[in-house]
Amino acid sequence: MKAALKTESAETAPEEGKRTVGIVETQYYTFAEPPWTVALESGETLGPVTLAYETYGTLNREKSNAILVLHALSGDAHAAGFLRDEKVPGWWDAMIGPGKPFDTDRYFVICSNVIGGCKGSTGPSSVNPQSGKPYGTEFPFVTIADMVHVQRHLIDFLGIDRLLCVAGGSMGGMQALQWVASYPERVRSAIPIATALKHSPQQIAFNEVIRQSIMADPAWRDGNYYETGQPEKGLSVARMIGHITFMSDQSMEEKFSRKLKKGRLNFNFDADFEVEGYLRYRGANFVKRFDANSYLYITKAMDYFDLSGGKLINARAMDTRFLVISFKSDWLYPSYQSQEIVRQLKLNQVDATYCELKSTYGHDAFLVELEGQTTLIHHFLEKTYLGPRNGNGNGNHR
Amino acid sequence: MEMGMEIIDNGIRPDHQVIFDMIEPGARVLDLGCGAGDLLHLLAQDKEARVQGIELDEKAIYECVKKGLSVCQSDIESGLAEYPDGSFDYVILNQSLQEIRKVFFLLREALRVANQVIVGFPNFAYLNARLCLGFGGKAPMTPSLPYQWYDTPNVRFLSISDFRSFCAEKGFVVENARFLSGVKTITFWPNLRALGAIFLLSLKHDGGKVP
Repeated sequence: MKAALKTESAETAPEEGKRTVGIVETQYYTFAEPPWTVALESGETLGPVTLAYETYGTLNREKSNAILVLHALSGDAHAAGFLRDEKVPGWWDAMIGPGKPFDTDRYFVICSNVIGGCKGSTGPSSVNPQSGKPYGTEFPFVTIADMVHVQRHLIDFLGIDRLLCVAGGSMGGMQALQWVASYPERVRSAIPIATALKHSPQQIAFNEVIRQSIMADPAWRDGNYYETGQPEKGLSVARMIGHITFMSDQSMEEKFSRKLKKGRLNFNFDADFEVEGYLRYRGANFVKRFDANSYLYITKAMDYFDLSGGKLINARAMDTRFLVISFKSDWLYPSYQSQEIVRQLKLNQVDATYCELKSTYGHDAFLVELEGQTTLIHHFLEKTYLGPRNGNGNGNHR
Repeated sequence: MEMGMEIIDNGIRPDHQVIFDMIEPGARVLDLGCGAGDLLHLLAQDKEARVQGIELDEKAIYECVKKGLSVCQSDIESGLAEYPDGSFDYVILNQSLQEIRKVFFLLREALRVANQVIVGFPNFAYLNARLCLGFGGKAPMTPSLPYQWYDTPNVRFLSISDFRSFCAEKGFVVENARFLSGVKTITFWPNLRALGAIFLLSLKHDGGKVP
């Protein structure tokens, strides 16, 4: 399995000033094949399970340089570099690569897709071995803890005992927190970004409107649409709602203001304003790359997630370091939710750094190459990797 | 303790040196308003202290993280609430006491989360400040009080004597006090001659235990 741990890094995109990890390939790990299954939090079982994942950089001899990067709601395993014949790099290419904060010259970076998704991992659009047809809504409900549980199987398979870091934004941050809650001894550090210990009623409300817009589309057909085509209108509206919540008032003003697509009002229900055109474009594009049922399942998993009330820290002597980041203009995951994470860390005397970064990008900020985020993650990882001698003492004088 | 030229030679701020000397090796230290983290870095490196900072300024936080320090963004007055009793051996409150509104509340909170609190502040009764006000008839400006009346962040103007009275009245025990005039520490007539003071406080006096 040595080959699985390597990525081709010879080729780089010439138009980019910064180096990239080059051409990458998504890999697949399948386990829990009969007679085995994976037990889920709901009490149901799932098997076999396939996880799509990519790796960048090289695992060192001590296996101490592995970082697990976790994606958000609609993300996938393709976090950095370019898939063959594709011009758009992975979703966190700004942060992962040679000389970037997740420095692939130094670290072995893994990005795993989640179960319930539709990007190569087992999800509602996968074929149910019982019926020979796609699961649809027969697919069992999965939680963030289930997603992390199966990722742990992948990390076991890759032979990694302890991850140097788990990191991600939004739902990726939830997974990072869940890693700490479920497997504290296997995580040296965690970087939860723009995330929360639990969804607020407002966040659940947005997700419910998103789900309703999918389910209200007659093409949804109770989730059995794989032969008839997916509920494009519903899914498109769902994604439009999402995009509104990812931006800030200010970033929308800067990007669109009240600019008109044709320079005049149409006096009909076409897209007059640029912001309307943008949302329609984003919605229409999304249905080409994402499964409606996956959107339902994953938003539900996010709403079920709840590590509040002391459930985050389960180990008595926790030595996992934290870097918690939030963004000033993020109203979907407001800073008070990150501060609640920090509060739990302080209560348990866990080593924590927290910073609210100034950004106008709203919730999207974690995906953007922000100087503050770059600086913080770069140095935080470096000190974690080089060990406590270069950072903090033990404080054990008594 | 040798003070003076040595301080300039090793590049350490004189108030940092005094605080450094007060802290036991391997202690757990929380610095309220840690700035770029120079003092905490020194304590982590040379005293193997387990350190944590609280700082509001984003750029200062980057500097701390570059040094490998852990720092939480918060204002000083609300940053302590979540820490359990006795989380630290020392809380440092250096050069920010004069900017605090709820002084008693903050010091009591600091002495809840730590066994000892180190407080550093500029002395408003320094000779030149007295001359400034007494003879010049103007709001004092000194090396430790470098602001004009209209742009000072300070909201409390206190002398070393004021602080001693305050501690006596509120039941804070002064375990140790050092007085600074430039790079030197002084012992004689500090309320008149010192630019600033650094106090080591505790709640209960336990005999001869002086760090």
